[in-house]
Amino acid sequence: MKCRSFSGGVHPSIAKELTQDIPIKVIPIPNELIIPLSQHTGAPCKPLVAKGDKVLKGQKIGESEAFISAPVHSPTSGEVVDVKPHIHPLGQKINSVFIKPDMKDEWVDNLPKVSNIDDVSTEEIVKKVKEAGIVGLGGAAFPTHVKLSPPKDKKIDTLLINAVECEPYLTADYRLMLEEKERILIGIKLLLKGLGINNAYLAIEDNKPKAIELMREALKKITDINLVILKTKYPQGSEKQLIEAITKRKVPVGKLPLDVGVVVQNVGTAKAVADAVLEGKPLIERVLTVTGSNIKNPGNFLVRIGSKFSDIIEFCGGPYEELSKVIMGGPMMGIAVSSLDVPVIKGTSGILLLSKKEVKYNEPGPCIKCGKCLQVCPMAFAPSRFVEAGEIRDYDQAMKDNISSCMECGSCSYVCPARRPMVQWIKVVKSQIQKKSKEKK
Amino acid sequence: MQQKDSNILIVDTSPHIFIGQTTESIMRDVVIALIPAAVASFFFFGIGALIVLTVSIIGCLGTEWIFCLITKRPNTLKDTSALVTALLFAFCLPSSIPWPMVLFGSVVSILIGKLIFGGLGFNLFNPALVGRAVLMASWPQEMTTWPKPGKIFLGAVDTLTQATPLADLKGYSASYMDLFLGNCGGSLGETSALALLIGGLYLVFRGVIELKIPMTFIGTVFVFSFILKVDPIYSILAGGVFLGAIFMATDYVTSPITSKGKIIFGIGCGILTVLIRAYGGFPEGVCYAILFMNGLVPLIDKFTQPKIFGT
Repeated sequence: MKCRSFSGGVHPSIAKELTQDIPIKVIPIPNELIIPLSQHTGAPCKPLVAKGDKVLKGQKIGESEAFISAPVHSPTSGEVVDVKPHIHPLGQKINSVFIKPDMKDEWVDNLPKVSNIDDVSTEEIVKKVKEAGIVGLGGAAFPTHVKLSPPKDKKIDTLLINAVECEPYLTADYRLMLEEKERILIGIKLLLKGLGINNAYLAIEDNKPKAIELMREALKKITDINLVILKTKYPQGSEKQLIEAITKRKVPVGKLPLDVGVVVQNVGTAKAVADAVLEGKPLIERVLTVTGSNIKNPGNFLVRIGSKFSDIIEFCGGPYEELSKVIMGGPMMGIAVSSLDVPVIKGTSGILLLSKKEVKYNEPGPCIKCGKCLQVCPMAFAPSRFVEAGEIRDYDQAMKDNISSCMECGSCSYVCPARRPMVQWIKVVKSQIQKKSKEKK
Repeated sequence: MQQKDSNILIVDTSPHIFIGQTTESIMRDVVIALIPAAVASFFFFGIGALIVLTVSIIGCLGTEWIFCLITKRPNTLKDTSALVTALLFAFCLPSSIPWPMVLFGSVVSILIGKLIFGGLGFNLFNPALVGRAVLMASWPQEMTTWPKPGKIFLGAVDTLTQATPLADLKGYSASYMDLFLGNCGGSLGETSALALLIGGLYLVFRGVIELKIPMTFIGTVFVFSFILKVDPIYSILAGGVFLGAIFMATDYVTSPITSKGKIIFGIGCGILTVLIRAYGGFPEGVCYAILFMNGLVPLIDKFTQPKIFGT
């Protein structure tokens, strides 16, 4: 099969060998779980429990009436010790449910189990996915049931399963494919049924030959799901670039994948969907990669949502040297956290600990107009123009240049020889544009 | 988990890793790439070349250092771009030029060519070529008298002057091989196509320059000369085409940032070079061709912005 890809992009060192051969381990239940009531794109949940309540594993503890939202569940059994704002990995304080586990790990009663996937209807799948609080596990955490309920006038014909994992360091999706192949395939079938279509592509980068071999073997008998091997290049896993590479369709500026008839789901999400439909299991745990040069025992771990970063780092043997930067996610788009008290949320694909040497600050120099940011921009923007627009506060020009379609993949900042903080400027300009448009209203 | 108070986590925007290449490393690579041509100039033009190079370096670095002191700006010498300008400026001078003129030109290069625009990244024109253009207008006699190359190790350099091969395109007798190796009259760094090619390949290999501008520049000179019935091989090897195409037209700051723009820029430089050579008052056109195209860069960039994904 030929390798497909997109134009632009960068080749950062992959750094996956740190963890790619380490099987997924289960991290035991910590002494405290902190479950933020907003872990997804969309409306935050209202708490369904109060201080002093006893909760069971899988019990719904937060919910919202809004369509674009996802409920949250208790990751284990125990007692609610508090409901109060707590620092969230994204930086701000978010209302969170504090649970003290009783270590019995008791499930809620009568979870709706299904033994044959042919027995569930399309509507049931969407409902179960929604009830289980499943969101995209690739990082953006967009509620999955919303993607499964496209507006009537949009005709979906293709499902893309994103197993690209183009961020350096991260190997959680890769390990999941090696260890949970069956569940993933069931999940993809359920997603297809949920969309009422029969055409899926499973996309893997060519630097994961083991996973490709395994999936190729498994997909021999399944006609609905096709394997696509993509060139190893960042950001291959970006939705629009993935859609173009596989279907040759270009998502127009300001539009969504469903406007070109495509739904993209992460491979881990497919696994979570299978768990939710077959066992009625809500999204209360996930696999993530703990890695970097400043952690003694890196690896891939099955972690309860709400586990504090500090507990996970301690379980992994702690850091080699004084901590300098701790990142939620990968090094290209991940978020540097300000405290180790932040909990793992549904979108936490990894915890990356970089050493002092690696995070050395480089004073940005003047733009030397080398044009490298243009060459690598997968959206064919001129990122240096956004920076200029930011510096002279010409936000209208930036808006005309479609800055809002920038997904902040970081390729421009990565290649900039003058170390100009491109993404930072883009974020500033975007937020200023938002502020201005709000003022107008 | 109780951490020591001193343990503050660094929080900043993604991405958190960067490519190894920096402005300094790029400039360093350009200096390295210019070394073969510098050695060749010393080999062919002897002590005169060394004097021109030394004075130019002192003039350029000194001007930038003093400017930073007076304006109370952080010292920008460490970005090495002044050294690149110094070498390139020296490369487009004849080895026989009196040193005060070199000093004057190098000050003009850095001060008028770069610093008054705001320093590295803000200048519109190639600083080295600005210096050369000013010298050309001030002392045309000295700027167009080139000593005949001699082998310094075999004795003194022949003080007889000769015209650059370009001055007499039809009648001059330098062989292609002499032109390729640099054994002919001309400015310091422009004569040896071989040495310039070695440097250019190094820059391509290091990911500093792309082939777009040099290829279109040299290619256009070749084709356009052929059309005007001038020996095309002679046209690209004699004079400053290789030096200009590989090292001056590719200057990031003064060339387009878009891919299409680079091609237009290269072709424009090539056409202008041949036109000036054929119909202009000077024997050589590379310098003015590049300067003219430098002026068009903002316009070229404006009209060659790539089509945004999904529009």
